Amino acid sequence: MSTDNRLEGGLVDRSSSVRFSFDGASYTGFKGDTLASALLANGVRLMGRSFKYHRPRGPLTAGPEEPNALVELRGKNRREPNTRATTVELFDGLEADSQNRWPSLKFDALAINDLMPSLFAAGFYYKTFMWPKAFWEKLYEPLIRRAAGLGSLSGEPDPDVYDKGFLHCDMLVIGSGPAGLAAALAGGRAGARVILAEEDFIVGGRLNAESFSVDDKPGHEWARSVFDELSSMANVRILTRTAVIGAFDHGVYGALERLTDHLATAEPGKPRQVLWRIYAKRTVLCAGATERPIAFPNNDRPGIMLSGAIRSYVNRFATTPGKKVAIFTNNDDGLRTVTDLKAKGVEIAAVIDTRTDGPSIDNVTHFQGARVVDTKGRYGLQEITVEQANGKTCRIDCLALGVSGGWNPNVHLTCHQRGRPVWDESLAAFLPHGVPEGMQVAGAANGELSTAAAFATGARTAGEALEDLGFKATGGKLPQSEDDPVNISPFWYVEGKGRAWVDLQNDVTVKDIKLAHQEGYRSVEHLKRYTTLGMATDQGKTANITGLAVMAEATGKSIPETGTTIFRPPYSPVAIGAFAGRHRDMSFRPVRKTPSHKWAEEQGAVFVEAGQWLRAQWYPQSGETHWRESVDREVLATRKSVGICDVTTLGKIDIQGADATRFVNAVYCNAFAKLPVNKVRYGLMLREDGMVMDDGTTARLAEDHYVMTTTTANAGPVFRHLEFCRQCLWPELDVQLISTTEAWAQFAVAGPNSRGLLRKIVDRDFDLSNDAFPFMGCAEVTVCGGLRARLFRISFSGELAYEIAVPTRYGDALVRALMKAGEEFDVTPYGTEALGVMRIEKGHVTGNELNGTITALNLGMERMVSSKKDSIGTVLSRREGMNHGDALKLVGLRPVDASQAFAAGSHFMKRGDEASAANDQGYMTSVCFSPNLGHAIGLGFLKDGANRIGEVVRAVNPLQKQETEVEVVSPHFIDPEGERLRG
Amino acid sequence: MRYSGFRVIKEALTGHKGWKPAWREPDPQPEYDYVIIGGGGHGLATAYYLAKEFGQKRIAVLEKGWIGGGNVGRNTTIIRSNYLLDGNEPFYEFSLKLWEGLEQDFNFNAMVSQRGIVNLFHTDGQRDAYVRRGNVMLLNGADAEYLSPEQLKSELPFLNFDNARFPIKGGLAQRRGGTVRHDAVAWGYARGADQHGVDIIQNCEVTGIRRQDGRITGVDTSRGFIGAKKIGCAVAGNSGRLMAMVDKRLPIESHVLQAFVSEGLKPVLPNVVTFGAGHFYISQSDKGGLVFGGDIDGYNSYAQRGNLPVVEDVCESGMAIMPMIGRARLLRMWGGVMDMSMDGSPIIDRTDIYGLYFNGGWCYGGFKATPASGWCFAHLLARDEPHATATAYRFDRFRKGLMIDEKGAGAQPNLH
Amino acid sequence: MIIEHPLLGPRDAQEFTCLGDASLINRPDWQEDDAVNRFYEYLYLRDNPAGEHRELWYHEQGDRSWLVVTRNTVTHEILRVELAIDVARTARSKDRT
Repeated sequence: MSTDNRLEGGLVDRSSSVRFSFDGASYTGFKGDTLASALLANGVRLMGRSFKYHRPRGPLTAGPEEPNALVELRGKNRREPNTRATTVELFDGLEADSQNRWPSLKFDALAINDLMPSLFAAGFYYKTFMWPKAFWEKLYEPLIRRAAGLGSLSGEPDPDVYDKGFLHCDMLVIGSGPAGLAAALAGGRAGARVILAEEDFIVGGRLNAESFSVDDKPGHEWARSVFDELSSMANVRILTRTAVIGAFDHGVYGALERLTDHLATAEPGKPRQVLWRIYAKRTVLCAGATERPIAFPNNDRPGIMLSGAIRSYVNRFATTPGKKVAIFTNNDDGLRTVTDLKAKGVEIAAVIDTRTDGPSIDNVTHFQGARVVDTKGRYGLQEITVEQANGKTCRIDCLALGVSGGWNPNVHLTCHQRGRPVWDESLAAFLPHGVPEGMQVAGAANGELSTAAAFATGARTAGEALEDLGFKATGGKLPQSEDDPVNISPFWYVEGKGRAWVDLQNDVTVKDIKLAHQEGYRSVEHLKRYTTLGMATDQGKTANITGLAVMAEATGKSIPETGTTIFRPPYSPVAIGAFAGRHRDMSFRPVRKTPSHKWAEEQGAVFVEAGQWLRAQWYPQSGETHWRESVDREVLATRKSVGICDVTTLGKIDIQGADATRFVNAVYCNAFAKLPVNKVRYGLMLREDGMVMDDGTTARLAEDHYVMTTTTANAGPVFRHLEFCRQCLWPELDVQLISTTEAWAQFAVAGPNSRGLLRKIVDRDFDLSNDAFPFMGCAEVTVCGGLRARLFRISFSGELAYEIAVPTRYGDALVRALMKAGEEFDVTPYGTEALGVMRIEKGHVTGNELNGTITALNLGMERMVSSKKDSIGTVLSRREGMNHGDALKLVGLRPVDASQAFAAGSHFMKRGDEASAANDQGYMTSVCFSPNLGHAIGLGFLKDGANRIGEVVRAVNPLQKQETEVEVVSPHFIDPEGERLRG
Repeated sequence: MRYSGFRVIKEALTGHKGWKPAWREPDPQPEYDYVIIGGGGHGLATAYYLAKEFGQKRIAVLEKGWIGGGNVGRNTTIIRSNYLLDGNEPFYEFSLKLWEGLEQDFNFNAMVSQRGIVNLFHTDGQRDAYVRRGNVMLLNGADAEYLSPEQLKSELPFLNFDNARFPIKGGLAQRRGGTVRHDAVAWGYARGADQHGVDIIQNCEVTGIRRQDGRITGVDTSRGFIGAKKIGCAVAGNSGRLMAMVDKRLPIESHVLQAFVSEGLKPVLPNVVTFGAGHFYISQSDKGGLVFGGDIDGYNSYAQRGNLPVVEDVCESGMAIMPMIGRARLLRMWGGVMDMSMDGSPIIDRTDIYGLYFNGGWCYGGFKATPASGWCFAHLLARDEPHATATAYRFDRFRKGLMIDEKGAGAQPNLH
Repeated sequence: MIIEHPLLGPRDAQEFTCLGDASLINRPDWQEDDAVNRFYEYLYLRDNPAGEHRELWYHEQGDRSWLVVTRNTVTHEILRVELAIDVARTARSKDRT
């Protein structure tokens, strides 16, 4: 392959040659090249296909605004679709493939669409494919889907690591062109903490792409020297390969740093990218400007690119897109390309200036008041047709065409908080307006398009920000550089027969925009949505303004009257993996382990997620092949002798203060005012709307000291709620709260032998007898010879049971001690499944029942709700809709045929009723197999259930194709009188 | 003018000269029988059905900006009827049935794509809740399917089955759920309404609601006074602002919900998937973009933009459940103003001012409701009684304790 | 967003949980005749302004303070931050006088 397009000079490292492949063919480039520049140097202009018509395309730009040259980079599970060849740093061994083509880039079957462009005009799909109805999903849509889309994902998990980080600074400078470097220098020299973020892999911005000098040095050398000075400052952090992607509230910026994308292989474990959250007191936006094209018939061929992009390729990357280049411009800046190409010895085919009064150029075919009206060259530009001022046309051979329609300030980040740019007639461009608080804009981004003006405004803007922050700006001499005025005569598109592309990637043409207007889609937002203008991966960076101008002309209004286009984050597309960082797979959320976790692992426990907690679900023993065997054994053994379960995950809230009693009494709906010291009581907590929020037990350890427990799931929300009550509702109460969930390891010791076991653990001076320490007693005790502990005689299982708590660091030792002490009783550890079985057998409710729509009445606890005191939720629990006679009531259910099973989530129907929503009688909330009763049991809510004990209803479960006749029974299946727990 | 494949070909051959504006740009008349405030999906659908199904005339839709610019123009395009509670499920199933015939009805291809929706669950408790929900759906005549982990593995092999913090224990599928090209819904209704004589008046902001003797007489707008016999308010996130004009406070707060779309990709995701151990839902559009979202930011906002923590949270959930999307790039994010109600369910009701009707409180689930919301609101406006599927959506349900709280989160809008 | 915590200085809003309208501080008297109606209005009805809004934020990942944040819901600008307990005390003492 020819490498004749490589020129002298440039910023590529010729000592470091790099091999790479594109669509399987091998090429060589240099370090410092981008994939696009290296391909151009190798004479490759065709790099992609467009979205709709699958037109052959080459790069339009030399930067992040690229619409055409999109490739799939790397292979296998690292495949990266839609990667802009114009920003990919070349590395040795780089592999890239073209996309959205079949079977090959050159011969793309779907280019057939290009033969019928009229059929595929804007919005055509809204008007057809409706008949016959079934064909949309079976035929039309699959075809459209396959044709649409660009690159493809690998379908494999992303193997790379991403990180997140936080940075703070006095001044964030975004962009390192002349304005950004001047601003960063001012900040750095003043001693402020400065972050300079640059998307490119070298600093300098357009200074690297232009040929003019700064202070008698080439621009890029000046930039390099400033980089060296800034690098030496401890208070300045330079982030290259870092795009600031969004401006969020209160000076928070998102930035993406690419750490390893330019490497063939990264060190293992090194993050691919880092998402920085930057907290900036002030921000100077120096994001430069983006050149825009002029639309003209067949303006999309490979070789047709932005005039400034050609300068980037020529000056920075030492390559030309072709040996013979023409220039089409409406402004003076476009003419600079002529000078630069000539300086490198590239032949100028012609210069076409839309203006009649532009500067004249010697020794070049120069048409003034002229326009390009057509082009030729299927896979790359071969010829252009020029219509001259006198109306005559002529054809000109050329391999590349540089187009300049003027420059658009990069206002993107100024729009992220809904700022709306305003139109500037003299620049024919939108300028920032309503910028985010704390942000100032300098240089080309603010419409200061000359290098000298960029230096001046960058330094001045930074100086103002620094002064506001209390730094003394040092001033100093500004670098000298070109200060050419902007001479532009707005010119947007050339009328003609052929299609003139505005949005190249999405194939939106001038005609499409006019059609949108004809059909009434006239607001900018309708235009975008109807034609897809600006919705491609380049976010319309080169297309939006031209599209707006075409619409303005169609409506007969000015551009500002027609509207403006704003930009949303991110400024450039960001890998979803980077936003996720390390929070994926097993690290998605933190893992909380109970104090007995290590011990349980040693026992071979199976664990289950309970929110962020991992809890032992059951403890399989050898020979057990099904989980039910383990669970049944644990239940039976506990009810027969004694079992132990880690219940640390239940929320624990320590409540202290002179008004602690008043407080507890006000947050529970049942009476707590007279709970004696050393007693525990069941508490039902309502939300203010009268629904049950949570339940638990609260122990009174002293006159002014309570310990409340919550369900595992509600530990956080209940604590938040109590703090709300304390701080916002009753600030006068003398009460303090601490969450002590993690401070205490707590174990349930349940079963007839629990007292016997605990006698071996609790120090002897404490009397465990039923008289001395009856049901619902609590005490501060010592265990194992002096370790402080809390003992509660409470029971979730319905057995004689205790919960014993020690400081968390002794939890592991305590479980081992309990198991050791229990050996003589054949003590059994039990997990959450057995816990669940026993609580259903006992008729205790939990999360399945307390689903946020349940009242005390539904639970049959309405008599607990005290009307004699002010407590949260009692007033609104009296509303009529929550107290009608037909209300759901908690009941127990058992199968009429004991061999039959049923499932939670079933609905109740009367016998003989059709299974339908109209006949719904309620639903099953919890189901288990009761090894004590030998059949399935369930809890559920049944309309007027308390009065229907003994009735047989059907539990229907059409989802799982199940239906069972069940008898309505009391929810207390085991020991309804509560004799065991009082024993 | 009817749209058809034949017409597309004919116009293609004749230079597209025959296409007419999809809707007129009329000047407001001095008075209408019905003024619908809000040219979003719900407002346009209301006008369309008022004219087409209820035979009403002299109808105007007033839009302060451009039609379809609110939440119908910025959402994650999902349609489904997988609701749990009596007050909701029949309504959303009615809506899904309307979606199924919508395009033929209004002669506009809105790309209703019943690609199916799968809700994943990760704990036994979630499974039980989904079984209850699936049964409610079936008992109401909707479709629902229980999927085992093995079925999920064969249907959605790219989910994180092997290395997940919260293992996938199964899913609830609704095959008739799916996605719709959201903008086209607004345009289709607008065009259909226009063809039935409805005046769609854009850039017409309501600045006041006039009352006399306890009944409304019309609205003051940026284009002058417009008389009205009945006014229907369908302004989603701006409900509070509008009803403040008649000194009414609502059981509604306005919150920001962000949504996201990736770059275009070849087909990779066959249906809509929701994650049960975080807040995340995702589908792939016909253009190839992955369209996804999560929770609201959680604070009151009219700013139509959100902040980074939620962006990160959403992407974390996405990577947790579907780690193949790590290298897909997020292309655009945007925020909409959501009318979050106190129980997470909407209101379609009269107000205590004669002639003023209200439709709002859709939270961030209003898109799928668009057809039924329009139909039921039109029913209420035309006949002064609620449609059979929308009888529960009353203002007084909060006063009476008849909340329709799918999540069981209580009177806190940012939890719904 | 960044919330200027009266005790702890600037903190990322991510550390907080937002509850909503600060009028939730003004809980009605349970013994009034029309208590149900008053509680209904207190709990369910909102001003929901586009502009300045007083709202409750809880420093969940911090010192557990409830704050009253006055914030513009259109621009997100934060105008004032107070400890809710101070606001509540003031409100209660006004109630009593």
